[in-house]
Amino acid sequence: MGLLFVVFSGFLLALVAPWLTPHTGRAAGWLYGLLPAAITGVLASFLGRIAAGGTMQQSYTWVPGLDVNLSFYLDGLSLLFALLISGIGTLIFVYAGAYLRGHHHLGRFFSYLSMFMAAMLGLVLADNLITFYIFFELTSFASFVLIGFNHDEAPSRRAAWQALLVTKAGGLALLVGFVLMQQATGTFQISALLESGDLLREHRFYLPIVLLLLAGAFTKSAQFPFYFWLPNAMEAPTPVSAYLHSATMVKAGIYVLARFHPVLAGTDLWMWTVGGIGAATMLLSAWLALQYTDMKAILAYTTIMALGLLTMLLGLGTEVAVEAAMVFVLVHAFYKAALFMAAGAIDHEVHVRDVTKLRGLWQRMPLTGAAAGLAAVSMAGLPPFFGFVGKELVYKAATAFAPAPAVVTGASVLANVALVAAAGLLLLRPFRGSVNEITEAAHRPAPGLWFGPVVLAVGSVGLGLAPWLLDHAVLGPSAGAVLGATVEPHLALWHGLTLELGLSALTVAGGVAAYLSWTALHTSAPFQQLERWLGTGLDHGYDHVVDGLLAMGRWQTRLLQNGVLRRYLSTVLVATIGLVAGAFYHYGFFGGPIAVGEVTAYEWILSLLAVGGAVGTLFFRERISLITSLGVSGFSIALLFLTFGAPDLAKTQFLIETLTVILVVLILTGVSQVEGSLTPTQKVANGAVAVGTGAVVSGLVLAVLKLPFENPMGEYYAQKTYVEGQGRNIVNTILVDFRALDTLGEITVLLAAGFGIYALLRLGTAPDPNAENDPAPEDASPQSEPIESSAPEQTPQQVS
Amino acid sequence: MRHSVILRTAARLLVPLMLLFSVFLLLRGHNETGGGFIGGLVAGISFALYAIAYGTAASRAALRTTPQQLMAVGLGIAVVSALLPLLGGGALLEGLWVQWQGIKLGSPVLFDVGVYLLVIGVTLVVIYELEEHNPRLFPDVSLG
Amino acid sequence: METLIALVTGTMVAVGVYLLLQRDLVRKIIGVVVLSNSIHLLIFAMGRMTRASSPLIPPGQKYPPEGIANPLSQALILTAIVIGFGLLAFSLVLIYRLYQSRGTVDADAIIEATLGDE
Repeated sequence: MGLLFVVFSGFLLALVAPWLTPHTGRAAGWLYGLLPAAITGVLASFLGRIAAGGTMQQSYTWVPGLDVNLSFYLDGLSLLFALLISGIGTLIFVYAGAYLRGHHHLGRFFSYLSMFMAAMLGLVLADNLITFYIFFELTSFASFVLIGFNHDEAPSRRAAWQALLVTKAGGLALLVGFVLMQQATGTFQISALLESGDLLREHRFYLPIVLLLLAGAFTKSAQFPFYFWLPNAMEAPTPVSAYLHSATMVKAGIYVLARFHPVLAGTDLWMWTVGGIGAATMLLSAWLALQYTDMKAILAYTTIMALGLLTMLLGLGTEVAVEAAMVFVLVHAFYKAALFMAAGAIDHEVHVRDVTKLRGLWQRMPLTGAAAGLAAVSMAGLPPFFGFVGKELVYKAATAFAPAPAVVTGASVLANVALVAAAGLLLLRPFRGSVNEITEAAHRPAPGLWFGPVVLAVGSVGLGLAPWLLDHAVLGPSAGAVLGATVEPHLALWHGLTLELGLSALTVAGGVAAYLSWTALHTSAPFQQLERWLGTGLDHGYDHVVDGLLAMGRWQTRLLQNGVLRRYLSTVLVATIGLVAGAFYHYGFFGGPIAVGEVTAYEWILSLLAVGGAVGTLFFRERISLITSLGVSGFSIALLFLTFGAPDLAKTQFLIETLTVILVVLILTGVSQVEGSLTPTQKVANGAVAVGTGAVVSGLVLAVLKLPFENPMGEYYAQKTYVEGQGRNIVNTILVDFRALDTLGEITVLLAAGFGIYALLRLGTAPDPNAENDPAPEDASPQSEPIESSAPEQTPQQVS
Repeated sequence: MRHSVILRTAARLLVPLMLLFSVFLLLRGHNETGGGFIGGLVAGISFALYAIAYGTAASRAALRTTPQQLMAVGLGIAVVSALLPLLGGGALLEGLWVQWQGIKLGSPVLFDVGVYLLVIGVTLVVIYELEEHNPRLFPDVSLG
Repeated sequence: METLIALVTGTMVAVGVYLLLQRDLVRKIIGVVVLSNSIHLLIFAMGRMTRASSPLIPPGQKYPPEGIANPLSQALILTAIVIGFGLLAFSLVLIYRLYQSRGTVDADAIIEATLGDE
């Protein structure tokens, strides 16, 4: 029950929020924040059980035949992520209420936001690959509507599309990977699958599975070369950036890597791909961050840096690296959400986010400034902050990475140097000094705007001073779940004079130097070139890919969808003829002696009339002769039905034939002959296609007739008609009882056709008012009619 | 002249008979040949015949309701008969039967009645709407 | 008998397809009718044809007599006939309206006019 509440309460809130919000007044954020707070409470109550080594499972059958179930699983890893999502979510809900106060779509915003939260919780708790995939896609969708929240602005729309296309492409890869995983292990259940690591690593699908899952994880978590969508996603309102694009959604990719770490990691392929891409992303994006002056852009690139670092650590795969990753997930969520919210508060007050234009805000927004300060110091990794604990652990993992300690350590230190400088940019530039003409307009922000940052900043200090609180409750179970083993970590602020401490000192010194020379650095030619290639360059590359796809689509459409139905039909039929004839050739069916069997003269006549009537329709040009010929064919078929024990069919066919004739006569009185005809070549080609199709159909029927006839269903219905269906007409009982669902569908189609006809004839035109004065319809030129009746119908179209 | 006295006289006689016959076909359909489809078509054609003989307005008046309503009510009855077994804990579309003085009534018969009404509605919506859209198709009522 | 029907079906399919490939939309519709009639026959033949009695249970009995005609194929065809009528009625009205707005039922002329509008 608990897990069900955790996952689905957010969806419920998403349903009611649009209606509820107009009545909540200014308290919307605080009120809605109660839900994630309650979820956090529920999740926290599980901490003890999980820390003791337990797990929780809950399953609801969904599609049992396909092994697809709505099942949830809680272990250390999912608990850590779920707590982050609901905990940070609480603060974001409060913040969003203040940030978007009075926005006319506030209700819609909260609806999207809680849908996202619910999807994210579903994702990290899912115990079935398909459930997992559905929630994964739901988070992409929620991200799409949230990024595009200001949908009247073109950049927002583009960013939303870009994020959607990139993450959905990854999502599809993930789905294929999941299916292959199921093929290899025989189960969709994640908790069961985690036991079959050895099987998977040896399996011939291992390489595709890893590549497909990585495609999903790397697009979602903005790894090189897919990271370009994340900075663009900053078009979203800041609460969204803070929540989705720093603390939670982008970590979904990390979660994929961590979740499947026990079964997929441990090979060279995994280590070098994941580690290598992660390291490259980390290093590139850290230095790219220094190329921007927009606070949200800097935050976006440092987020990519953090994601790269996490990916790298999961690639290294050692015990200390995984512990470092789990700690850094927390570290990063704390400081990055706080900094985003602080940047948003500044934006909210002065509508400027450029660090070169902001200064002196400390005087106007002290609480926000204090929170941002603490968070930025944690980001820079100075003691006694939580960030320092995380960075020490990262360095410990890097130096202990046996295959290439120097490379990994060097990359980590270099990336962190840039991070220190970025922290300086975000903190010192806007807050230091005295106010200028831009910042003097700033007011003290509403409580909702500083509440979240302050809580997170205090958390960063608290966890920095007492990191061992996490050892047993969170870190042990989560790292244990990633490693598939029991671990007993011991976090501490002070480890003595170690190599890591020296690296930290070096990092800070380098960072200070980078900060001081920032103006020169971000205007220097090589760095600007780097930005042109890997920042905006990748973004343009995306445009080229999309344009190319569209061009291919247009080309393909012109080729295949040329609007001439005849050609589509010929294509389909020629392909059918080819395939069936090929099958006949392959399986060796070529007629054989055709025995017509016993046929009475009466049956011969009826058959010939059926064929003759049909053939006649080819030759009559007059509409009325055409209809007569068609009628002859139809009535002969009705008589054939009657001869062979199908009176119901015969009656229906008679009646339908009658109605058809009435209808065709009714309609065709006003429709003229067609003047244009096909060219002789077209006629011959059409004739060939027609004869070929007919031959293939005859062949198929003959081939089927050669097979022994078994009719268990017909027998079943015949035997059960009276006993179970209370009827003696077997055909009717099949229609209204045994297969009544089919009939229900059929009459629904009839209803749709009926209303379609009604709409076609009623909409657009009024009945022709001149008709009653004109008793001789035969004399009316067919051309005059369309003109008369099309005049009133065009008017509403032009208006609309 | 497009209207014909013979047609009118024949229609006056035939239409009630055909309607009666269509109900007969519908009700016996579960046991003998017939059923909702056939019965509905016969009834639809009888109203169409009436429209050809006396004009659509007269036929509509004789119908006393609109074909659209017939279609909707028909589908409604079929759906109700499908849902009825659910009330008693049965499966969707399961047959429910009651026996009363030798006459057996069941939800499949109700279903067939729905089919019957819907088929009449569909048949007539086409014929009425087409004729009214292009009123020269049938004889002018004002002449007779 | 089924063999004969197989040939009848094939011929009618050929006629139906040829009509479907015409420019005249009315002929296309006639083609649909011929094609559906032929497919009904095809299903009928596939379900095997017997000159035996109709699939009815005589009054007073609980089970049908031996050798009745196959009820399953009949039920399938009955559904198909009625659906086919719905399709036919809708298509005819659609063509009628198309003729009113375009003044022709020549598919090629309509395509050209439509492409010219864009």
